[in-house]
Parts: sequence; C-alpha cells; structure tokens
Amino acid sequence: MNSLSKPRNWEKYFWPVLAAALLFAIWHYCVVWTGTNIFPSPLDVEKGMAELLHKGVLWDDIEDSVRRVAVGFGAAAVTGIPLGLTLGLYPAANQMVNPVLQILRPISPIAWIPIAIILFGVGDRAAVFLIFLGAFFPIVLACVSGVSSVPSIFQRTGRNFGLSSTQLLARVVFPAALPQILIGLRIALGIAWVVVVAAEMIAVESGLGYLVIDSRNSGKRYDLVIAAMLLIGVIGLILDLGFRSLEGLPSVRWGFRHES
Amino acid sequence: MRLKLHVQPRPLLFIGVLLICWQIAINRHPGQLLPGPLSVLRAIGDLMHSGLLLKYIVASLFRVTWGFALGASLGIPLGLAIGWNRRAEMALNPLIQIFRPISPLAWIPVAILWFGVGDMAAVFLIFVGCFFPLLLTAMSAVHNIPALYIDAGRNFGLSPFAFVSRVLYPAVAPQLVVGMRITLGIAWLVVVAAEMIAVNSGLGFLIVDARNAGNRYDLVVAGMVIIGAIGLLLDLGMRSLERVKSFRWSYSED
Amino acid sequence: MSLTNAANTPAVAAMKLRAEQLCVAFERDSKSVSVLEDITFDISDGEFICIVGRSGCGKSTLLNVLAGFLAPTSGSVIIDGEPVHGPDPRRILVFQEHGVFPWLTVEGNIGFGLSKLPRAEREHRVAHYVQMIGLQGFERTYPSDLSGGMKQRLQVARALAVNPDILYLDEAFGALDSITRLAMRKELLRIWQTERRTIIFVTHDIDEAVQLADRVVVLSSNPARIEDILTIDIRRPRNISSPHYLELRDKLLEQIGQAYTV
Ligand SMILES: Nc1ncnc2c1ncn2[C@@H]1O[C@H](COP(=O)(O)OP(=O)(O)OP(=O)(O)O)[C@@H](O)[C@H]1O
Ligand SMILES: [Mg+2]
Repeated sequence: MNSLSKPRNWEKYFWPVLAAALLFAIWHYCVVWTGTNIFPSPLDVEKGMAELLHKGVLWDDIEDSVRRVAVGFGAAAVTGIPLGLTLGLYPAANQMVNPVLQILRPISPIAWIPIAIILFGVGDRAAVFLIFLGAFFPIVLACVSGVSSVPSIFQRTGRNFGLSSTQLLARVVFPAALPQILIGLRIALGIAWVVVVAAEMIAVESGLGYLVIDSRNSGKRYDLVIAAMLLIGVIGLILDLGFRSLEGLPSVRWGFRHES
Repeated sequence: MRLKLHVQPRPLLFIGVLLICWQIAINRHPGQLLPGPLSVLRAIGDLMHSGLLLKYIVASLFRVTWGFALGASLGIPLGLAIGWNRRAEMALNPLIQIFRPISPLAWIPVAILWFGVGDMAAVFLIFVGCFFPLLLTAMSAVHNIPALYIDAGRNFGLSPFAFVSRVLYPAVAPQLVVGMRITLGIAWLVVVAAEMIAVNSGLGFLIVDARNAGNRYDLVVAGMVIIGAIGLLLDLGMRSLERVKSFRWSYSED
Repeated sequence: MSLTNAANTPAVAAMKLRAEQLCVAFERDSKSVSVLEDITFDISDGEFICIVGRSGCGKSTLLNVLAGFLAPTSGSVIIDGEPVHGPDPRRILVFQEHGVFPWLTVEGNIGFGLSKLPRAEREHRVAHYVQMIGLQGFERTYPSDLSGGMKQRLQVARALAVNPDILYLDEAFGALDSITRLAMRKELLRIWQTERRTIIFVTHDIDEAVQLADRVVVLSSNPARIEDILTIDIRRPRNISSPHYLELRDKLLEQIGQAYTV
C-alpha cells in the first residue's frame, strides 16, 4: 500500500526491535537527564516487575481482574446478544427501545460507581456490574445493526426454502450477522478491560487497577505503577489477539476484510 | 439532514412508562437511598439554579475539547504517515498494540506526577484516551484505500500535494469521521472517570462529591442523567458530520 | 431425442401455472403507481418461459408475485389448481447475484433446503448436484473463494436440490461475462432437459431468450402489460445463425422498441 519496495524477511524483526530499543533509550536518558528520582527508568521498572513476581501477589491481582472481566463480559454477552437479535428482528420494538439505549449508553460505566456500591456494596460484584454495563450496550447495538443489515435476499431465500421463523433466525439471520456481532463483542471486550482497571482504582481493593493506585499511594512506588501499566497493556493485547483469532474461523471469515 | 428531532410518540411513551415504574418502585420502598425521577428532576433544578451545573458542564466540555483536539491533531497525521509507510508500521505497530489496551485511567498516577492535580492532568488523560484509537483508525483507513485509487492517482501524475489532497484525503475522510465519533464517545467516558479521581470540578466530580458529602443520591443520578444527555448530543453532532455530503460515500461491500 | 421433441410440444402437457389478471401498484410519494396491469397467461408443465422487457418495466416484480413473495394488488396466481399465498419450497427463486450464503461451504449451500432428509439421502443428493454443476473438488470451499460463475451455478444447484416443480430465475446470468453466460445457458438447458422442471426465466438479453425459451413473454413499460407471447418454434439444439432464429430475434427487438442496427 505504499511506494517503498517490499520489505525483506529480516526487517520483520529488525524494525520492531529497533523501535523498542529507541523508545527505551530515550526513556532512560530522559530520566537520567532530568535527574528525577520519582519517575523510574526502564531498568527500575524491570526490577519492580521482578519484585512483583517475586512477592507472588501479582498472580492474584491478574486473576482477580481477569475473572471480573470474564464474568461481567460473559453476563453482558449472554443477555445482550438475545436482546440485540430480538430488537434487530422487530424494528417496531427497536424503535421504541433504541432511544433508551442511546441515552444510557453515553453514561460512563464509572459514573455508575455510587449506584453499584449501593446495590452491591464494595467488592467484586460492584466491579462486575460496572463491567457488565460497559460491555452490554456495545454488544446490543452491534447485534441490532448486524441483524438489520442482513441483506433481504438471504431472508427471502430462507423463507423460500420453507424455514420457520426460529429456523430462519438460527440458520440465516444469526450466521449472516455473526461477523458484525463478533466485531461488537471484541470492542466490548476492550471496553471491559478499560472499565475493570478504572473500577479497581475506585471501587475494590484488589486487581491490576488497585495495584496501580496502591503503588502510588503507599510510598510513590512509580516503578511498580509503570510495571503494572505494562502488564495491563500486555494482557489487554493477549485478550484482543485471542478474540481476533475467532475472526479467522471459516464460517465467519467472509465478513472480514483481511489484509493479504 | 434527518436529525430525527421530529417527535416520535412511541419511544416517548415507552420512556414515560419506564419513569413511572421507577417512581412507583421508589415509593414502595421508602427510606431507600436511591432517588425517584421526581427528586432527580428537582435536583437538576437546584443545580441549574445555583449555577453549578453550567460551571461543571463547561469544565467537562473544556477538558474533552482540548484532550480530543490534541489527540486528533497528533494521532491522525501520525497514523496516516505510519499507515502509508510499511516499515514505520512494522516498527511501531507492536508498541502501539501494547499501549492501546492500557486504560487511560491507569495513567492517572503518571498524569498527576507530571501535571499535578488539575485541568492539565485531566486533559492529558483524555488525550491518551483519544490518541491511540485515532492513530489506529487513521492507519487502517490508509490500508483500506483501494489500490485502484492510488494507482489511478499516480497514473494521472498528480504532484505529491495534489495526491494527498485529491486522492488520499477524500479516500480516508469517511472512515476518519466515523472513527472520530467513536473516539469522542471514549473521551466522554474518560473525562467523567478522570474527574472522579483526579480533579475537583466537572460532572464526574459532581457525582463523587454528591455521594461523599452527605449521600445526596438525587444529585448523583442528576449528574448521570446530564452526562447521558450531553453524550447523546455529542454523538448526534458527530453523526450529522457524517452526513456531510463529501463524507457520505464509502466503499460498498464487494 | 424424444426429450427434445417433448420440449417443442408444450401444448400437450398439463397446465402448471396460471396468472389471472395480475395488477400490482406501488405507493410512490403517497401516490399509487401502477407497475403491472392485467397480466394473464398460462404455463404448461415442463415449459421453459422467458420474460423480457425494458429495464424497470416490472419483470422482477412479476417474478416476485409468481413466487409468492409479493401479493398482487388484484388478480391471482394459480399453481396446480391452488392459489399462491406465499413462498414455498416447491418453487424456488434464484436471484441475480449475492444469493449464496457466504457462511456455508459449497456442500452446505446445496444441502441448505435438505435438512429434513436423512443424512445418507442428503449426502447422496448433495454429491449428485455437486457433480451436475461441475464443482467436484470444491465441496468444502466457501463462496468467497469461488468465481462469479461458480457461485451462480451453486445457486441454481441449491434450488434444484430441493426438487422444486418450478424454478424462477431473475436475470440469473446477468452479472456473468459472455463466455461464462454461454456455458451457463447450455448447462441450464441440459439440466432442464434431464430433470423436466418448469422454468420461468427473466432476462434483459433478447438472444438469451430466443436461445432458451419455448415461449417468450414480452412486457411493455409503464405500466407493464403483455405486449406479445412469442412461440420459439426452433428445434433444439438450436442453430443461432439460422434465418428463422434471426427473424424471431429481430421481431423481439422490434417489439421491445430497439432498432437492430448499431
Ligand atoms: N417496493 C417497491 N416500492 C415502490 N416501487 C417499486 C418497488 N419495487 C419496484 N418498484 C418499481 O417498480 C418498477 C419495476 O421494478 P422491477 O424491479 O420489477 O423492474 P425490472 O423490470 O426487474 O427492472 P430490471 O430489469 O432493471 O431489473 C420500477 O419502476 C420500480 O421503481
Ligand atoms: Mg429486476
């Protein structure tokens, strides 16, 4: 897609390593030059990471965060997909419900924290509720738009072959909308990962978000802060890659434009 | 321009029914902390009356505007350049992919360290929240330009400037506008969260403050309603941008 | 040889479909616009009918009414003595393009209408039709990896697999290049001659109509009425440079309102 010649094989590894090395070098020398003793250099972060691993609390924090995301996201998918499919199939119902969704959706899940604490107290369930809220609306809206953009030709063909309306949903509408639903789920998973960190910074006392805020508050351990941030990034990336691999499944691949 | 502002009776009716159910549920359980719609309405009235509402809305919008504008003016050109240059993309993509899933809020300690508690910190968080999505949108927008257009542009021997302004820009504009709408939504989520932690004004602050200073849950929900309404207006505004004629076309499937 | 003879003598076959004074009007800018007016014809069992007319005259609309997807404003469609009230697996409509399901393989598409059959029977039929449309070796391929012509053949096979009495084709070959189109015509004729279905085929292409049809229904425009029903009395296989062929073709072109010089 550009004017340069086709990159060679070795360049696939060379350029990323070079960029990462440059970033670390700039970061390191910025810390040295400014003479700060609060902000950590990459080496401090590496030591901080080792310390976290050594203390063994890290695995608990990771597990807590991932569990909350799994439960909240799972609940959002289990309730959001059927609701979205129904609204997509019945435009009259959608016309009625959609404005409500549109008003609720822009309310930051974080803004629900006080309500979540009244309903569930401080703890896991409040955090899960917030993640649920963050993931629910994107999932519902993706299903609605996925179903309503199924070409009418597919539905007509299904009816022509004598399918009942449940068969039509299961064998035509759902598979036709599946690529868009998957995109919605992937976006929702990304949001869930953002929300869990935020929720853990405010509403509970464990997890990676709590690790970030606690490292700062108890003794300005910025090496731990940055180490936790990098972990959040890496785990988020792994979740995303895992989900993205679903897009390669043969029965949905047609719906994604893949770069060759 | 169909902004859908003409009144549709059924959705309004549905919202009315929901509100009535809410009020009835609250009336049945007196002594609850949760407010009913009437007391929320009264709280909004109080807030407007005291002038606090306008002040907080302005504060939140100010931060969003700056953070979003900075994120867009850095993220979009950079993303276009990286998307265009295959080697730059190879080099930077892994780093971008690691930074992107870091919740903007996880940057709060860093933001406070660098900028102190205040507007700058909040603007920085929103900038971080907007920068990476816009960068990626711009990169993928470049990838999705059909090779045909690029070849045609070259074929006509356009100068680099003409190439950018007459082929590249029109080809990516529709996708960028959609990406900007989604990103503005993210910015609106982030500002509320940032205001709950890092500053002491704005709609997010209104919510935590109302809760911490005396469990005024009517003010909490009032704040949420205002946040929802403004978020919706921002979204509608960006959508009307999507309808601007020169952005309207996009590649049809196949 | 007996098959080709039968194809040329539709008059002796039983009546399959009757359209009775079909009228269709659409709402446009809150005015009612008549698209089809007083369409009446009979089609015998096993006949190959082509419908031609100018773009936008109402051919697709007529086919949708015959297939039961659209209720006529007045008049009725009667098939085997019963009025049509909706789509039915005994009569399958094949669309111009994009009709195959992209989430199913070639096998999955052909077997789409066969879910009620026992497994062995289903596999047998799928294999038969894979063979018939010449897609052996592509059974597990998804449509995104097929060419336009292959997809079109697949759509026809999916329709044939449920053993319909009537096949409606709406410009089924319109999106194909001329070489593939010729091959597909031969293919369709071969299938028609071996399987004896009634086929109603909408096309833009006058040559296509004269090559394929037993009879050609010519529609006029605004609103569409039956201009003429032309019997193509040429023996199959048809010689497309015979004087009679050219004569019939020119007559059709004239009725559609096109000169036959370029
Ligand atoms: N649902 C509808 N509502 C209103 N008008 C319609 C509708 N469907 C078709 N029409 C009108 O009916 C007329 C006939 O349409 P139809 O699709 O049947 O034409 P056609 O002969 O199949 O054209 P083509 O050869 O281009 O496919 C057109 O003028 C079209 O605008
Ligand atoms: Mg048509």
